[in-house]
Amino acid sequence: MSDIKQVLTEPVVKNNPIALQILGICSALAVTTSMNVAIVMSLAVIAVTACSNLAVSVIRMHIPSSIRIIVQMTIIASLVIVVDQVLKAFAYSISKQLSVFVGLIITNCIVMGRAEAYAMKNGPFMSFMDGIGNGLGYSVILIVVAFFRELFGAGKLFGIEILPLVTEGGWYNPNGLLLLPPSAFFLIGGIIWAIRTFQKDQVEAPDFKIAKNTTKEAY
Amino acid sequence: MSSNNDTIGKTITVALLLCIVCSVIVSGAAIALKPAQVANKALDMQRNILAIGGLAQPGESLTKARVEELFGQIEEKYVDVATGKFTEAPFANYDQVKAAKDPKFSIALDGAIDIASIKRQQKVATVYKVVGGDNAGRLILPVNGYGLWSTLYGFVALESDLNTIAGLGFYAHAETPGLGGEVDNPRWKKMWIGKSVYDANGEVVAKVKKGAVNPAIEAEKLHQVDGLSGATLTSNGVTNLIKFWLGDNGFAPFLKNYKAGEA
Repeated sequence: MSDIKQVLTEPVVKNNPIALQILGICSALAVTTSMNVAIVMSLAVIAVTACSNLAVSVIRMHIPSSIRIIVQMTIIASLVIVVDQVLKAFAYSISKQLSVFVGLIITNCIVMGRAEAYAMKNGPFMSFMDGIGNGLGYSVILIVVAFFRELFGAGKLFGIEILPLVTEGGWYNPNGLLLLPPSAFFLIGGIIWAIRTFQKDQVEAPDFKIAKNTTKEAY
Repeated sequence: MSSNNDTIGKTITVALLLCIVCSVIVSGAAIALKPAQVANKALDMQRNILAIGGLAQPGESLTKARVEELFGQIEEKYVDVATGKFTEAPFANYDQVKAAKDPKFSIALDGAIDIASIKRQQKVATVYKVVGGDNAGRLILPVNGYGLWSTLYGFVALESDLNTIAGLGFYAHAETPGLGGEVDNPRWKKMWIGKSVYDANGEVVAKVKKGAVNPAIEAEKLHQVDGLSGATLTSNGVTNLIKFWLGDNGFAPFLKNYKAGEA
């Protein structure tokens, strides 16, 4: 049982796919302008990662190594299309907001990375759990980023007004930068910094040493 | 992983089987969910019509039941754009956006008259007539035209005098968020309400001004709204599409007939 717990919880903080592995940043910039969208996107990614890990793991003994990446890709792409169709049928307005980003789950490195790194070598059940765990790790970052972006960028949470805006007669002057994708970079950077302050072992050894600053006289 | 996985035969078999299984899953999902998606799309369109036509309270979340209730007050009509008379739908489940792309159901527009840059115009337009409730008499007309990056699709609602705008809005466009995308801004859309489309000579004069409207000038106060800052081309696009669709090549003949009771 402790194995399952470890597989589920480790990616959330200790081995977070966004904060430590720096995967899936692209979609994290795009879909974090509001909480609703971020949560639906998270659920979609959890579903795809878990199911693709399961499917890859089930047939892992039969995948020829020469075409294994294509096999994983086909499975992931099919699952993403199914998720997209389900969203269009049951959450139409959210699927309109997510637009192409559901389709782009296919290119989310987390999904493919887990299929290749974990599901190819482990049993179906553990792979499924690993998919959920990594999906959760992605979701946590997405939701935290979306919280700050929606609250301080639009003065809202889940579309409900929290900080009344100046333009609507309130007092809060929204930070427009937070509605633009680059702000997610700053937030994710801040989160990584915070995590590494407490989890010292995540700090990577510097690739090179910065030479001591010396002053020379100019001739 | 045994080594015999890598034979050509096994590779082809695995690839083939995988493709079959995946395609069955994908097409199964697409077909099984199609009815729900079509219903969603239709509901979404009705929601847009109600919101733009000013029939729903602003900010009201329109549930399915509420949309159906409000749509009970609306009659869907078909108008022959050239003659300006009511007609029948050319085919079942008529979709005017699709029809505008089909040479059988649309006409090509000449560069000189095509001020909204839509290239083709559907021969038969779907219009919505409000027949019940507090807003009876309103007409909701489809409009479309090119902005900066994309064609804007929307509706303009006219009060029963067929001159005063009761609402204007777009349900599909791909303008820059924050600039041209501000055509969706509720405060900007609100400015349209109460403006008159035509002047005393029957010319279309409603437009988006570059800059802010000066309320001291009567013509501006009556007919114009503030420009979208940083989005001159989208603003011009909106002006052009109003000019086109409410002008002689658009709905002006129909509105004339309708007013005279001859549509």
